[in-house]
Amino acid sequence: MNNDTLKNLLKNGAIWGFIVLELVFFEVAGSWWSLSDNAFMDLDNMLLLLKQSAPIGIIAIGMTVIMINGNIDLSVGAIFALSAIVMLDSMSWPFMEAMGDGAIPLAWLFALLTGCLLGFVNGMVVWKTGVDAFIVTLGAMLGYRGLVFMYNGENPTFHLNWTMVDIAEANVLGFETPALVFLAVVLVVWLLMTRSIHGRNAYAIGDNREAAVNAGIRVGPHFLINFVLIGFLSALSAVAFYSGSGSVNPNDGMLFELWAITAVVLGGTKLTGGRGSIIGTFGGVIAIQLLRKGLGHIGANSETVNLVIGSILIIVLLLDRQLNRKGAEELKV
Amino acid sequence: MAEAMVKSVGGVLARQGILVAFLVFMIGFTFWNPRFIDIDNVFGVIRSSAILGVMALGVTFVVIGGNLDLSVGSMLSFSAIVVLDLHENPAFGPALAIPAMFAMTLCLGALNGFLIGYLRLNSLIVTLGMLSAIHGLTLTYSGGQNMDIANQSATWFDVFGRGSALGIPVPVLIFALLAAFLGIVLAKTPFGRKVYAVGGNGTAATFSGIPRARVVFLTYIISAFCVATAGLIQASRTMGAQNTVGQGLELEVLAAVILGGASLLGGSGTIFKTVIGVLILGFIQNGLLLAGLEFYVQFVVTWVIIILAVWLDIATKRGKLWSPIA
Repeated sequence: MNNDTLKNLLKNGAIWGFIVLELVFFEVAGSWWSLSDNAFMDLDNMLLLLKQSAPIGIIAIGMTVIMINGNIDLSVGAIFALSAIVMLDSMSWPFMEAMGDGAIPLAWLFALLTGCLLGFVNGMVVWKTGVDAFIVTLGAMLGYRGLVFMYNGENPTFHLNWTMVDIAEANVLGFETPALVFLAVVLVVWLLMTRSIHGRNAYAIGDNREAAVNAGIRVGPHFLINFVLIGFLSALSAVAFYSGSGSVNPNDGMLFELWAITAVVLGGTKLTGGRGSIIGTFGGVIAIQLLRKGLGHIGANSETVNLVIGSILIIVLLLDRQLNRKGAEELKV
Repeated sequence: MAEAMVKSVGGVLARQGILVAFLVFMIGFTFWNPRFIDIDNVFGVIRSSAILGVMALGVTFVVIGGNLDLSVGSMLSFSAIVVLDLHENPAFGPALAIPAMFAMTLCLGALNGFLIGYLRLNSLIVTLGMLSAIHGLTLTYSGGQNMDIANQSATWFDVFGRGSALGIPVPVLIFALLAAFLGIVLAKTPFGRKVYAVGGNGTAATFSGIPRARVVFLTYIISAFCVATAGLIQASRTMGAQNTVGQGLELEVLAAVILGGASLLGGSGTIFKTVIGVLILGFIQNGLLLAGLEFYVQFVVTWVIIILAVWLDIATKRGKLWSPIA
């Protein structure tokens, strides 16, 4: 019993332990090797880190929901790019230009609707055809990227609106807008997954779909809602990021799906569905960003980041299997 | 009688659906633009699909064995960069650079195979991690620089990508020979049958005495071998490479394999069908370009085709068009 609690603590707290380890390591190592005199654990630095982790972080939160539900979404990067293009391009439509700054919320709305629509298409295809989500979203990853290119060729789309930039860089208690959006998303989706019927059903479906069906849960609508949610969040991520930068390349957002999945898995969500937590993913996102920043801080080449993150992902998987070994053996025939 | 006819036609359609679709597509495009079926054009398409195709051959083994390999794209970058770098190294030269590159790439494949086969870790995450790790390794190796062969006229290294034998471009020849060889291995040897058994039902395979771990391990070795071959073709064709030359290829390769009808659950698919899948992607791209459309239109077309292909495949298996998901 006592052993079990320890194990659970180890499993659920692992990501936070890892973050503390990173902080201490980079603080100590930084004082030896760092080129700058700034401390690593500096408040400004940490706030910046939160802001920088927002684009991938918001998407990763959606990916957690999808993966808890037992699906996967590889098209998030393309949805991110297409929503960004719609947002920036719509600002230069004649009737939008006539509205002046009043067009900003409308542009955001268009972007978010684009995300919802693309997610809806994925969700409907998964629901109605029964094709595995991996294949559906793999195809959509290509298809949506094609739409991104068709929208404006290989040219970047840009529209700089200073009011929008001001909103994107607004500062509340040191938190910039993207960071605030990220925190709000974490809170809302955490409430959704832990306090709502939809959340509970999503866990149940991911855990054992057949049992969920027998319990009278309708699987399809939950799939659909979650795909719309991740589409919405991908678009929200684009809104938070591109309102400030004002320019989007057709290749933007590539490999976001892989980063998001990495963060989710680091946060302890199971690929097989049914288990995982929003807070864990939040930890995973922070851990990855800390690693990127920290390696830069101690003067390591930026190339090493990929190597380290890849290795950590595999090691986490290995440790996780060791911790869960007993349960897995009981399940085996 | 008529009903039986319809049934048998339906059966052929279901079993060889992808082949039928391919033929219809080819005939349709040829009527529309006769240049499409021109022998030069056909060779051109196959040659430009050869790199993707060679990688897809290896991934077919992995997928039939019930796993995924997302690391092939960054592994391709790795092998291309390594072989170019060693080629420029006076201690190696082309004759030694190639085997050395193969050995290094096979080591990466062995690591994949060890983690997934023997330690039984989830292949999606392991190869996702390897995608990132190998990319980092490549960047560290090259210091972020592009690799180029300085004196291009003084080496025979370009033969794999640019040469031709008996009037056939060498990449096409390599693709065809490798496809024939691996096709025989998969269909006609005990090892091939074991791959199907492991992917179809791993537990049953274990109980019938098939060394599951070793079979999975070997599928990743085969995959790495194919990637190294593709990397060689790539490096030789361009005589230089960027660190990101293979980025994103893993998903295109997977798309070709799935289009060929291999199930992601494992246990089904053939080399022949994968070749068809690769060719379909290649000819779609070519046909759309001949039609004067931009290259990115093929992404959208591929999207629709992949989903339709897989949907029809599972719809015929379950006997219902719409899914039973409530």
